[in-house]
Amino acid sequence: MNKPMDLSSSLPDANGLFGSFGGRFVAETLMPLILELQDEYATAKNDPEFQRQLAYFQGDYVGRPSPLYFAERLTEHFGGASIYLKREELNHTGAHKINNCIGQGLLARQMGKKRIIAETGAGMHGVATATVAARFGLPCVIYMGTADIERQQTNVFRMQLLGAEIVPVTSGTGTLKDAMNEALRDWVTNVDDTFYIIGTVAGPHPYPAMVRDFQAVIGHETRAQMLEKHGRLPDSLVACIGGGSNAMGLFHPFLNDSAVQMIGVEAGGKGVNSGLHAASLNGGTPGVLHGNRTYLLQNADGQISDAHSISAGLDYPGIGPEHAWLHEQGRVEYVSATDAEALEAFQICCRQEGIIPALETAHALAEVAKRAPTLPREHLMVVNLSGRGDKDMMSVAHHLGEQLDEAC
Amino acid sequence: MIAIQDNTMNDTVNQAVTHSSRLEQCFATLKQQNRPALVSYLTAGDPDADTSHRLLHGLPDAGVDIIELGMPFSDPMADGPAIQKAALRALESGQTQTKTLEMVRNFRQENSTTPVVLMGYYNPIYCYGVERFLTDAATAGVDGLIVVDLPPEHDEELCQPAAQHGIDFIRLATPTTDARRLPKVLANASGFIYYVSVAGVTGGSAPTPERLENSVAHLREHTDLPIAVGFGIRTAEQAATIGRFSDAVVVGSALVDCIEHAASGDDAVEQVHGLVSELAESVRACREVDEQVIS
Ligand SMILES: Cc1ncc(COP(=O)(O)O)c(C=O)c1O
Repeated sequence: MNKPMDLSSSLPDANGLFGSFGGRFVAETLMPLILELQDEYATAKNDPEFQRQLAYFQGDYVGRPSPLYFAERLTEHFGGASIYLKREELNHTGAHKINNCIGQGLLARQMGKKRIIAETGAGMHGVATATVAARFGLPCVIYMGTADIERQQTNVFRMQLLGAEIVPVTSGTGTLKDAMNEALRDWVTNVDDTFYIIGTVAGPHPYPAMVRDFQAVIGHETRAQMLEKHGRLPDSLVACIGGGSNAMGLFHPFLNDSAVQMIGVEAGGKGVNSGLHAASLNGGTPGVLHGNRTYLLQNADGQISDAHSISAGLDYPGIGPEHAWLHEQGRVEYVSATDAEALEAFQICCRQEGIIPALETAHALAEVAKRAPTLPREHLMVVNLSGRGDKDMMSVAHHLGEQLDEAC
Repeated sequence: MIAIQDNTMNDTVNQAVTHSSRLEQCFATLKQQNRPALVSYLTAGDPDADTSHRLLHGLPDAGVDIIELGMPFSDPMADGPAIQKAALRALESGQTQTKTLEMVRNFRQENSTTPVVLMGYYNPIYCYGVERFLTDAATAGVDGLIVVDLPPEHDEELCQPAAQHGIDFIRLATPTTDARRLPKVLANASGFIYYVSVAGVTGGSAPTPERLENSVAHLREHTDLPIAVGFGIRTAEQAATIGRFSDAVVVGSALVDCIEHAASGDDAVEQVHGLVSELAESVRACREVDEQVIS
């Protein structure tokens, strides 16, 4: 009874299930590939040479470890908890996404794959994938919704510079979920030579576990860094959630430390009650999409609804299955932040710390703004600064401009 | 308690006998006639409820032997553009799972022999509720299910419960299904085996007949179930070539394209049934050449 369940190592089970979530809900054509990937990944995970290469690229190419920075001014601004920023935005390509891409890229190379594909929303995963593909000399195709191409122009150009082919996806709403559908269609058509690098802890097994493992470097480093600074573990961890990879990467190494509180922040869009949001746990129901069972935004008939968020990277109607499970277990608290709250927190971070965060990350900061003031200075709060905001300049200018107009 | 369970068991056994027999009878009859089945795919509710109703009801007279009726889904990740658009048209015109089942019930009131197989993705079934769906589908007169994103690894979700309701679960075998995996794919299969002729989405490139013939022959060594071939079959000629060595030929995107390009509902009905007649004629004659050679 008192012995806590071992949350960190036992799941998913052999069928890729976290409780009832996860699984391998894919077309038969893909099953042999997914089983092969599962075996290859299991081997790589225990292969010292693979781990050595991974560590090498994480260090010399990505620039890890990323600092755990005491945000002194932000702490003072909110006047409560001590706020630490895990600086994933300092990674090569400017977000946590590269941690996973390096891992999967190495695996693709090891499996002798000749072509890389990926979906992208904000373009950060697309840029990280295009980067790794360039580094390993593999051709790369990125699927991106037309709505996202519109709002993330600079990332589109970056991917092109890196030699990737961008395929605009017009089906559905032209956002992340449609890009993922299209990437899956590519994969099922090019089964012999193609490796699909999924960008978050979603998709069929083994992706949720594999992406989690590659991102867990964030949490492992945080743990060591906090122990070194304070001789103890942090009290709380905060991260934004699109599919949930930066959050899972930070949380996972702490799941068995019951004193460490964890908060995942979903995109609340115009408000969770408005119908215009991307908060799958707070406003969705269980269903099956993109190879796994998880919480989804959908109507009563099982048709997937459109997500809405100011940030393209959170604009996804689902969430990784392990989060769905942790939600039901009550181990992680899942909240939401609206577009307006994120935009506000975005500006505070710029002014107080001289760090321009990604709009995705700003959702985590919005939760900090609500929570930190109520806590004592001894409370050590770590925020995953998942990415930098250069890509969001046009969006932010647009939204702030609109606000200014309204004010006049 | 035990008595109640026994009753339910008897019910499902009875259903199993009556329902699976429609597919069995169909294939038995066609075997006597020495011709393959023509299987049509249309999305329920495409382009609207009324036209879809007329399309469905005219299929047997136009020459279809087995009807596949698509349950539209917002995110059909195994389908090409034609069937993606069909799903969107259907959803936009208000199609739901309930309406799809109603269509089958209506169809059964005037046709008790042509097998109807519902095809689609798991989520709309899961959200409807698996037990409720199977009960309603069995009552409506559904004979089988093809659910693209439920591999044998998830048989306990729908495949096994469907058997309890006397509904066949039609399994897909594909060019990537290797010898090691095939037994798993065939294990709980019933009705027929759907061989996906090319690795890819629906409406894609045409299969090469020679390779296909070998694959079907290989499958036959491992199963006694009839083998249908689909994906990429568009023309009467292709249907005839493939119908020589398979038990059924599935045509979907080509029919759905007729709906997309039709000027009106009437036009859609005329064009779809026209193409079906052409395909049916070709499929009916496709083995005659062989017979002449033999005699
Ligand atoms: C900077 C940044 N943070 C967070 C996310 C959301 O993804 P995830 O929830 O998988 O970390 C994205 C996605 O594009 C991103 O670019």
